[in-house]
Amino acid sequence: MSSLGEPNLIAIAGFLIFIALSLGITYVAAKRTHSADQFYAAGSSITGLQNGLALAGDYMSAASFLGIAGLVALSGFDGLIYSIGFLVGWPVVMFLIAEPLRNLGKYTFSDVVAFRLRQTPVRVAAACGSLAVVGFYLIAQMVGAGNLIRLLFGMPYELAVTIVGTVMLAYVLFGGMVATTWVQIVKAVLLLMGAFLLAMMALARFDFNPLALFRAATDRYGEAVLGPGQLVSDPLDSMSLGLALMLGTAGLPHILMRFYTVPDAKTARTSVIYATGFIGFFYLLTFILGFGAMVIVGQPEIRAIDAGGNMAAPLLAEAVGGQAFLGFITAVAFATILAVVAGLTLAGAAALSHDLWVHVVRKGRALEAEELKVARASTVLLGVMAIGLGMAFKGQNVAYMVGLAFAIAASANFPALLLSMFWRGFTTRAAQTSMLTGTIASLGLIYLSPTIQIDMLKNASAPFPLRNPGLVAIPLSFAVAIVVSLIWPEPDAAAGFDAVEARIHVGVDHSKAPARH
Amino acid sequence: MHNVDDMRVLDSARWRIAISLTAAMMVLYFGFILLVAYNKPLLTRLIVPGLSVGVLLGALVIVAAWVLIWIYVRWANRHYDAALAAIVERR
Repeated sequence: MSSLGEPNLIAIAGFLIFIALSLGITYVAAKRTHSADQFYAAGSSITGLQNGLALAGDYMSAASFLGIAGLVALSGFDGLIYSIGFLVGWPVVMFLIAEPLRNLGKYTFSDVVAFRLRQTPVRVAAACGSLAVVGFYLIAQMVGAGNLIRLLFGMPYELAVTIVGTVMLAYVLFGGMVATTWVQIVKAVLLLMGAFLLAMMALARFDFNPLALFRAATDRYGEAVLGPGQLVSDPLDSMSLGLALMLGTAGLPHILMRFYTVPDAKTARTSVIYATGFIGFFYLLTFILGFGAMVIVGQPEIRAIDAGGNMAAPLLAEAVGGQAFLGFITAVAFATILAVVAGLTLAGAAALSHDLWVHVVRKGRALEAEELKVARASTVLLGVMAIGLGMAFKGQNVAYMVGLAFAIAASANFPALLLSMFWRGFTTRAAQTSMLTGTIASLGLIYLSPTIQIDMLKNASAPFPLRNPGLVAIPLSFAVAIVVSLIWPEPDAAAGFDAVEARIHVGVDHSKAPARH
Repeated sequence: MHNVDDMRVLDSARWRIAISLTAAMMVLYFGFILLVAYNKPLLTRLIVPGLSVGVLLGALVIVAAWVLIWIYVRWANRHYDAALAAIVERR
């Protein structure tokens, strides 16, 4: 019988130690965070290895740790498709985005899109895209956090959401990017260690041979668990989700923002090497964790605790390492949530303060002290909103919101970002329309999809057949960008491309950078 | 003007490599997804007890992502950085 959901002293102790440690980091970071550059970009002083770990900590959510392990435990091979999908976006980030972004921007990805275009319209559209991604991702994380903590500790949902929101707010508000980075680094190390230990303890029962573990799974559940099943019944649906995951990673504002924390483009390159190494290793471990839970804990036992399988990894920890190890893994899951929501909140605050306040409201004439104040006020606003949204969406199925956030990132942010760096003919009007098209198409199509129409509104059918809007919204956004650019050329923007070419490889000292308004 | 031309050559070389490698990743990943969708019997087939074609190919997609990144980084560290340094020095 599992003791999940009962107060676990080691879990609570581990969780308190993590909070104490992370608030200590925040205290130290707060003493350094007196400038906008420190608040948004940690003074560009993070090393490649540190940023690689922080990227991994920003990206590997509790949903991937607990959700994918559970999916693999309950449906075998089908769960692996998600593991793989979440990794393949990283090469795209490396090849197309990381280095040019570092050289062209300052704090947000809108800096790059707006570099040679008219500031106001581009910033407004980019901030909408960023905030939509951050909003849906935050809701998914907060609701997930509330449910997980209730299942893990037996704590009331509202209390859990409030604690997560408040602690995260403390990191970002006082420690800015410095504290957020170190919380993400500590979390990444804990998560990688925890997942590795758990996988090894499970494999120890199979002479450290993964094939023996998989064989035990086929002996008990049949050979079908190692092949595609029902989850991927519609090929177009899987293509759509795959495309959104792959290109969406390169459009996630909280991930893109991390590339400004390193001193130069070469370090940005190094950080993606580390990040992809860590993240790929982690997702390979989820193969072992999922099948380990399937065999050692058993599918009926996993379903009995949570029908979605989210408790597979904690149950496995309890089965192979007892109460103490369950406590450790539980504390790691908590740390994981905190690090991701902190990164999201910081990215949202940067969109509100740096993009909307400084460049739209104040037309680039705000003093740094003012920008910092607005950034902190935005952080408080987003933190309170995160707690409020977490409570508002209690008990609702929000799993689709992560896929939606990736679809918006891929269709609203990614095309404009890529074209602004790559194509001389790209225009302000094209950036604006393609970003709005991506956002609106993603939202509209998800509303018409079976996820909302059939699963939530209980209608008999859905007007749009795909569960993820990516396959339509991404090409549509690219097409709009290209057509609008060709119909209404913008000579100033084309002339400004010379400056892009001059800077995309060598970067510039930001204190001397001119801005167009 | 010579310098600007060299930079343009380097710029187009970088985009060419970046786009080719991105295309390679997309072909591999979507090839895998299409197999999952259209050839379930192949992916379910066992190579040895405990290892199906599907699980092996899935793990290989992750390895392929690493290999493509390794190819890019090797090119960037050896060729791109040196060419860029030469152009910047001549300024």
